[in-house]
Amino acid sequence: MSPADIQLDAAGNLEHFLTIDGLSRELLTEILDKTEGFLGVAEQAVKKVPLCRGKTVANLFFETSTRTRTTFELAAKRLSADVLNLNIGTSATAKGETLLDTLRNLEAMHVDMFVVRHAESGAAHFIAEHADPHVSIVNAGDGRHSHPTQAMLDMFTIRRHKGDFADLCVAVVGDVLNSRVARSQLAALRTLGVGEIRIIAPRTLIPAHAESLGARVFHDLRLGVRDVDVIIMLRLQRERMRGGMLPSEHEYFQLFGLTEERLGTAKPDAIVMHPGPINRGVEMSSQVADGPRSVILEQVSNGIAVRMAVMSMCIGTQNLRAQGELHG
Amino acid sequence: MAEGERISICNGRLVDPANGIDAECDLHIAAGRVVAVGPAPDGFRADRTLDARGLVVCPGLVDLCARLREPGLEHKATIASETAAAAAAGITTLCCPPDTRPVIDTPAVAQLVSQIAERHGHARVIPAGALTQGLAGEQISEMAALEHAGCPVMCHADLPLKNTLVLRRAMEYATTYDLTLFLRPEDEHLRDQGCVHEGRVATRLGLPGIPEAAETVALARDLALAEQTGAGIHFRCLSTGRATQMLAEAVRRGVRASADVSAHQLFLTEDDIGAFDSNYHVTPPLRTSADRDVLRAAVASGDLAAVCSDHRPHEADAKLAPFPSTAPGISALETLLPLMLRLVAEGAMDLSTAVSRVTLGPARILELPFGQLDAGRVADVCVFDPRERWVLSETTMVGEGRNSPFLGQELEGRVSWTLLAGRVVYQRGSG
Repeated sequence: MSPADIQLDAAGNLEHFLTIDGLSRELLTEILDKTEGFLGVAEQAVKKVPLCRGKTVANLFFETSTRTRTTFELAAKRLSADVLNLNIGTSATAKGETLLDTLRNLEAMHVDMFVVRHAESGAAHFIAEHADPHVSIVNAGDGRHSHPTQAMLDMFTIRRHKGDFADLCVAVVGDVLNSRVARSQLAALRTLGVGEIRIIAPRTLIPAHAESLGARVFHDLRLGVRDVDVIIMLRLQRERMRGGMLPSEHEYFQLFGLTEERLGTAKPDAIVMHPGPINRGVEMSSQVADGPRSVILEQVSNGIAVRMAVMSMCIGTQNLRAQGELHG
Repeated sequence: MAEGERISICNGRLVDPANGIDAECDLHIAAGRVVAVGPAPDGFRADRTLDARGLVVCPGLVDLCARLREPGLEHKATIASETAAAAAAGITTLCCPPDTRPVIDTPAVAQLVSQIAERHGHARVIPAGALTQGLAGEQISEMAALEHAGCPVMCHADLPLKNTLVLRRAMEYATTYDLTLFLRPEDEHLRDQGCVHEGRVATRLGLPGIPEAAETVALARDLALAEQTGAGIHFRCLSTGRATQMLAEAVRRGVRASADVSAHQLFLTEDDIGAFDSNYHVTPPLRTSADRDVLRAAVASGDLAAVCSDHRPHEADAKLAPFPSTAPGISALETLLPLMLRLVAEGAMDLSTAVSRVTLGPARILELPFGQLDAGRVADVCVFDPRERWVLSETTMVGEGRNSPFLGQELEGRVSWTLLAGRVVYQRGSG
């Protein structure tokens, strides 16, 4: 079974959003197009559309997060859904409850969608496999595996600035090995047919068989960003750093930190992205982060619209199914 | 046992690799032992005749690594449940690793395990003694006493033996009593938090990987110490082609070493993990198809003289979690023989070789007189229909665990009768 299969209903509609891996270019483009439509909602006097009215969305965060949880919450509220925020990391599992028991208890409250973040790769798949079929799961980050809404908001940001993907050269810089964001971004870039994908990092941060991710590997930032259109910086996942993968943050910044000077070899109109939160002086200098090529804050705004698109699509698939059950 | 039934197994194809037999040949049993191969001795009157027409008759299978979960983990399985499953699978001798609770590091626990097995009488259980006290890797165990209590080998289960000096001393001490060490080569630092092979699948799914070097580094270390001490060592459950080749080179150099592989490693690869299917979470991890091919060739050539089940039954909950949190292992007794027959069907080796790797090969590693069927030998016999097709399902499985990636698959080859020391302990259709 491909990891994508479980995400789609028989007609190919999005039921869960767990990973980019295995989804079609058409579906990713549909998400981007829908996002375009939701972008305007934030500018309305009443920042709400009634697409998910009467639906309940539970944010299940087994790992702490402020930014992602907040944007999911805003997205759900702007779709008129009721939102429940549960920081499970500090309650149920600490008492020894299994993930499945936690899930069953919440299902009993007739929730329509779970937005899940979990420290283990595969957690969102596991929940989707075992959840009631009427519940949609949106992955808000599982271990080192996947963070698909982050990748889609990055793709949306790239499309807004660059238009067509085919002619682009995109570089992903940093801790690819430990990054779920990078895995999802690379899958999205591949699927959308980006001309050239590069990853730039020291060997310790590059996963085995990196070429299978469809990327060229560089160990020199200057060479790696030469003539690129888009630079995606990754957060240095300090909490996941094990076994001494880097000697020091200082040396990392000396060699892989993005500065104005190093940005010089990229195309003049290259944009710089970062999923946040930034470690200033580690991944990039403040001049770059706050400079004219940085689109980092725009990414945050786009994040809400992308999440609205994905959530409304999943709820739409549920509604279709409910109608089918009613008439069939 | 002296009063056991007199049994004749007639018209079957006898496959007894130790004696070079693969032919239609009858087998006659009395008082728990083989009394004749071929025509019945003068005056032999069987109490019972088993008609093995169209069936294969071979020595009862010997499994070098099967966890029975008793004592201490009875919520997963018991000696009674798993030895019954072994009997249904044609397995008559099981070697269980010492990582029970308490661990098998005293004669009392070793005797408890074999006595419980004897009481139920489905299969013979050979406890492997703990190489160090409490499997803590610090103080060597009372190996002489453990041997006296029925442990022919000393084992460190899956736990790392970090201190090379302790390992050296353990080898030297074991060699004093001519005991073989069973070692699982895995460097714990290189393994780290890994749960799958460090390869394409780990990269795609973002699962922490276990590099090939976790196995080769530990194997090289253990081989060097065995060469220095002259100890006899056996590596359990190899998973990489490279380690298999390193072992073969060392053996040619004269190191007293051998190794086995679990049957599932000869079929499954990292690609089978699909979308986080926890039934494929095993330790050592499923490797690449290139590794699998080297392992298969080594089983065919005899560089790997034994194939084990690496049976690890689990309760359902142990596999119901995100992949990295699930317990590794397969409930594998009942697929051991069908998988060996699948190797034959796929042309990897002939039937006699396949049978040898689950009978004679493992018996020799344990230095026990099983796995062969000449006159005078203990009559452990497996009679199976090599062509019967059946589907492994949760309802057909006899053992407690239902954790198998082969569930739902059609298997070929099914046991008709199993005899343990001349006694029918399993008969198809009679439970």
